[in-house]
Formats: sequence, C-alpha cells, structure tokens
Amino acid sequence: MTAAPARPRVGLFATCLVDLFRPSVGFAAAKLLEEAGCEVLVPPQTCCGQPAFNSGDRVTARDLALQVMDAFSGCDYIVAPSGSCTGQMVKHFPELFDEPQLAMRARAFAAKTFELVSFLTDVLKVTSVEASYEGRVTYHDSCSGLRELGIQSQPRALLASVQGLELVEMKESDVCCGFGGTFAAKYGEISDAIVTKKTAHVSESGAPLLLAGDLGCLMNMAGKITRQGKEIDVRHVAEVLAGMCDEPPIGARKETRR
Amino acid sequence: MTLHPTTPDFKDNAHRALHDPELQKALGHVQHGFIYKRQSAVERLPEFETLRESARDLKNHVLKNLDLYLETYERNVTASGGHVHFARTSAEACETIVNICKSHGAKSVTKGKSMVSEEIGLNSAIEAAGMQAVETDLGEYIIQLRGETPSHIIAPAVHLTKEQVEGDFRRVHTHLDGARDLSEPVQLLTEARGVLREKFLAADVGITGANFLIAETGTSIIVTNEGNGDLTQSLPKVHIVIASIEKVVPTLEDASLLLRVLARSATGQDMSVYTTLSTGPRRETDPDGPEHYHVVLVDNGRSAMLGTEFEDMLRCIRCGACMNHCPVYHAIGGHAYGWVYPGPMGAVLTPSLIGVEKGGHLPNASTFCGRCESVCPVKIPLPKLMRHWRENEFERHLTPSVQRFGLKIWGFFAKNPRLYSLASRAAMSTLAWLGRDKGRFAALPLAKGWTDYRDLPAPQGDTFQAQWRKRQQEKRR
Repeated sequence: MTAAPARPRVGLFATCLVDLFRPSVGFAAAKLLEEAGCEVLVPPQTCCGQPAFNSGDRVTARDLALQVMDAFSGCDYIVAPSGSCTGQMVKHFPELFDEPQLAMRARAFAAKTFELVSFLTDVLKVTSVEASYEGRVTYHDSCSGLRELGIQSQPRALLASVQGLELVEMKESDVCCGFGGTFAAKYGEISDAIVTKKTAHVSESGAPLLLAGDLGCLMNMAGKITRQGKEIDVRHVAEVLAGMCDEPPIGARKETRR
Repeated sequence: MTLHPTTPDFKDNAHRALHDPELQKALGHVQHGFIYKRQSAVERLPEFETLRESARDLKNHVLKNLDLYLETYERNVTASGGHVHFARTSAEACETIVNICKSHGAKSVTKGKSMVSEEIGLNSAIEAAGMQAVETDLGEYIIQLRGETPSHIIAPAVHLTKEQVEGDFRRVHTHLDGARDLSEPVQLLTEARGVLREKFLAADVGITGANFLIAETGTSIIVTNEGNGDLTQSLPKVHIVIASIEKVVPTLEDASLLLRVLARSATGQDMSVYTTLSTGPRRETDPDGPEHYHVVLVDNGRSAMLGTEFEDMLRCIRCGACMNHCPVYHAIGGHAYGWVYPGPMGAVLTPSLIGVEKGGHLPNASTFCGRCESVCPVKIPLPKLMRHWRENEFERHLTPSVQRFGLKIWGFFAKNPRLYSLASRAAMSTLAWLGRDKGRFAALPLAKGWTDYRDLPAPQGDTFQAQWRKRQQEKRR
C-alpha cells in the first residue's frame, strides 16, 4: 500500500446498530479519527450485509457488499467501530465474488478497511488519547474482532493512556458473550445461558464499567445486566477513548448516570 | 441405544439440558479442564502452529488421493494376512461385522472406543444377532450400563458426575460387596477394570476403531489412555478394525505428525498413554495376537462429501477440541445435538451424514465465535462450513419462513438507503420516545426471542446519519 496521505479521507461506516441505536458511538469514532488527523466522511449507508451472509442469503449479501463498496469508493480508508462488521468487509466481502473483476475490487476494498481502534493504533500509529475516566473498567474481546482481525492489545494499549482509568481483566474475556447476531433471538435460551456466564465474570471483575468494541455484543451484555439488576454500566470503548461519556450508558435511563 | 436422530428437536433437547442440574455440574469440567490442559501443551511446543499447517496439508493431500491410498492400504493389509471389507452404508458395515462374528461362532464381543461404530449402530446390530457387545473404554462402559450414547467424542461420559457413576456401578455390579467405598474416581476405575478383565478373557471377537490407517504398511493405529484397546485386540482370536475411509494416511511418518497434534488438542497430553499399532493377524513368531484380522472401511456418505464445499470436514481427526472450546456445547452438552457427533464438528458433519432436513438446526445454533476453528489441529474452517449449510438451507427454502420473511423485509430496506433512512428515523424516534423513561424495553412485540431473556436497550433518538447531516449543515452555516 502507498504511504498514508497527510490528511486521509476516512469513510466512517457507522454500522447499522450504531446508526440506529447509539449514534453517540459514531460521534465518538468521528472525534477520535478527526483528532488523529483524518477528514471524516459519512456516506449514505445501511448495513454491511452480515445478517444476510450468516443466514445463508448470499445474493442479498452480495448486493449489500456492492452497495457498501460503491458508497465508500471515494475514501482512502473505511473505518468501522465494530470488529464484526469490519470482519464482514475485510474477510468475507472477497469470498462473495467469483468474478475476477469484482473479487479484485473486494480485495482492494478489504485492504483499506479497518476496525476503529486498530486503525488508530496500527495505521495512524496513535499511542495515546486525550481523555480521562476515573475508575476501573473491564474489557470484553468480541469474537470477530479478536479471531478474524487479531484485535486484543490495541484497545488495551489506548485504554492505558486514559487518565485515571484502571483496566481490570475479567475471567475469560476472550469467550463469546452469546450474541451471535440472529442467534441471540433464534436460540434465545442458549444465548441466555452463555451471556449469563459472561455477566457473572463481569461482576467478579469488580469493575463498575464494562467496555467492548462491538455494539451487538454490548447490547446483549447490557440487556442481561439490566435484566439482572446489576449495578454495572456498559459502554462502547470508543466513548471512553473519546472522552464522550455524557450520554447515559447502554440500556440505562437518563438520570441513572453513575 | 438408538440411532434415530433427535436433532430436529434440538431446541427442546437444549431446553432440557439447560434445566438439568447434574448435567450442568458435569459440564463445568469440560469448560476448564480441557481448555487449560490444551493451552499448556501447546505452549510447551513452539512449532505447534506449524504442525497444524502441516497436518492440514497432509490431510488435504490424502483427500485428493483417497482412492490411491485406500487401495494401497488394502493391498498391504491383505499382504500381511488380513482382510479388508468396504462398506458403503451403515447397514452394510453392520452386516459385514455381524457375519464375521457369526462365522467364528462368537458369543461375546469386546469393543474399544469407536465413534464410527456408534454412527452405524453396531452394538444394536451385534445384540440383535444374539451376541453380547461389551464396551471396554471406561466412559463407554459407563454409558452402556445406562443405555446412553456418548455425549462427547473423546470423553463419552463427560456429562455424568462421579456420584451418578457410583449409582450405576452399585445398581449393576450386584455381585460385589454392597458396603464397598466408591467415593473416589480411582475406586470406580479399579472396579470397572476388575469387571472388564473377565470380559476381555471371555471375548471371542475384539473390535477396535482406528485413529489412523497406514497405507504403506497396512497398519491401524489406536490411541488410548486405559490400555483397553490392547486387550480388546490382542486377546480374542478375531480382531476387527472398523474405520471410516478418511482415516488413511500414506506413511508411518505422516501418522506421527498427526499424533503430535492429536493428543495435545484432545486432552493436552504430549502423547496418549498407549499408542498401539496392529498389522494383520498373529505371525508364528509373535508371542500373542489374533488369529484372524479384518478391517471394515465405512463410507456412509463420506465419499459424497469429496469435491464439495464440505470436503474440508473430512480432515477431522476427532480430537474434540472444537467442542471443548464451544460456548454452545458448554451450555447444553453433547446429547442435545441429537445424534452421534456433537459440537462444531457435529454441526457440520451431522447434516452431511443424516441430511440437512434433519440436522439443520445444528449449523444454525452457532454464534460463529470462531474459537473452534482457532483450536482445530487440522484447521477446518468450521464456521464457514456451518455457513455453507445455512446457504444450502436458504437455497432450498428450508430456512424457517418467519426468518425468511424477516430477512426479505430487512433486505428490501437495506438495499434502498433512502427508504431505509426514512423508515429507520421514524422507527428509532418512536422507540426512543417509548423507552425514554427506562432506557430499555423489558418486552417488545416481534422481539420476544430477545426480550424473554434480556432487556433491549432503547435507541438514543434520531439516527447517527441524520444527526451527522445536521451537524455538517450547521458547520457550513
């Protein structure tokens, strides 16, 4: 790849969950990118197509992959605050096309697509952020980011630079939270058993704030935590890294800001 | 013992498993013991990752040349005085084995642990022919006493607690002192060993599986930790090896490569306690061994997987690492999968062998967390293969209609960004307003699968894209 442009044009793929449920994560991502010297663009977008791909509907998955590639064609990089959606674009877009031209296009697109936190550390060489958070946090490694993209040290490195923040590791932070996209609804009872183990590990860590890099996993864990009545807040890691924790935590009411 | 798959009732099976306190207690051991032991074994061997790649390449080579190696293997078994029988189906395999047993007037048959024998329903076939089949692997022995099937491919009784096993031994071993102490696992082991010793001596035929078949020498290899396989195959006058066709490897050297990744992946041992090679019947100079040596090679749907997107699955060496690392297996155990092979490998193999119409739940009941693939010693892309089954179901309209309908509606909006923007803004604003007090929903129509178990966090308000556009417009002013 050629050297990074002085002020790279970064297309922010917000992901459908952030777009719909938690826009503040999108603004946090944009702030982090802008502070790191990027010009942030948000082309009209819907979804990366992963739900179709994982439900066996390759035709829709292909259509959506093409739509995403068209929408972001003018960008130097495509960045998403999600390992899962990034995994779809980086690892699976190229699998969707047998036609040489399209396959080549998908590979080129994949080569300039990154998950937010690893883009900051690995591409932009960001080593610290201007943010502070007083207290202990624990971090869940979402599966796609961890196993498809190798994201593990990057969020921890940046969290270490947040003033006042202490990261305490939970047991089995690298084990699935039970979300799995449509799995959580199709096999709700099994998903529940898995997320129940996860929230127990979160509790045992003693940290009052749980972070992760994927809103799907976060909504699953937050939904369980509020259902269990646990006094634990849940946020996307970008919110803490950007110093944007003024919105209530995921699934919490406005006045219960802790 | 039944071969009738209960896989179509997977959800009910899983529900029962989740509410079975004994099972949940037993499953705790899988989650920690196996994972920790494998991890330490892998850390002790820096070249483990390279070995995985070599193991994958070796098995791929075999699958590309399977006919050649099977013929070579057959030739060399015959040359050493043994007989090879090819069985296309379960029924053919059972019939062949029963006929061999009958031709020797067998009454009692001992068995080493063999998953393919479970697959073909061998014990029922032997018993239906009026002979007794005795499982000699401790775990298999226990589940045979209970009339159960294995819940794990290398630890068949992993779903049981030691208290349950104690109860079974007291119920069945009535010839022993009722007041004996069986509180420790070693006491259970000693008792089983004593009972089985007589069975070994009385057996007319011994049946073992095979971890590998060596084409160049006509040898079969089994690995065990109890030594039961050795007694099964060397004491009776007839030894029958039953193996599926993909177990063949070219040379002894190749088998040693796979042995290096097998035990480490399975139990975290560098090697299993016993690695036993058998080649043909007893020769004149051998101190012991069977007089007759047969190998039954089972296809049962495997050759139909060659050359398809599921061929990768035939690399599997049955270590069980995928299920040991699977959050779904940890939650529900092996029986819920409803047939012979549980966990991620079962989720791919079961639909291949019994049909996706019956096995369709299994490749869907995965979060695609990818941990199975990350530990597989032959690098089978298990999530990808499960996804191929989902594609197969979708193309054949086997996907549940509610889900299909949902996907269709969602796909329609996702492919029309303008409509999507209008619809999503309206929907999210409404939801945000409805959830404004609590910040979440405890129940929501159409989201029962979610809200039955956890809250649904409410959206913040307008969509990110709409808010972003507003922000950009304000900046321009």
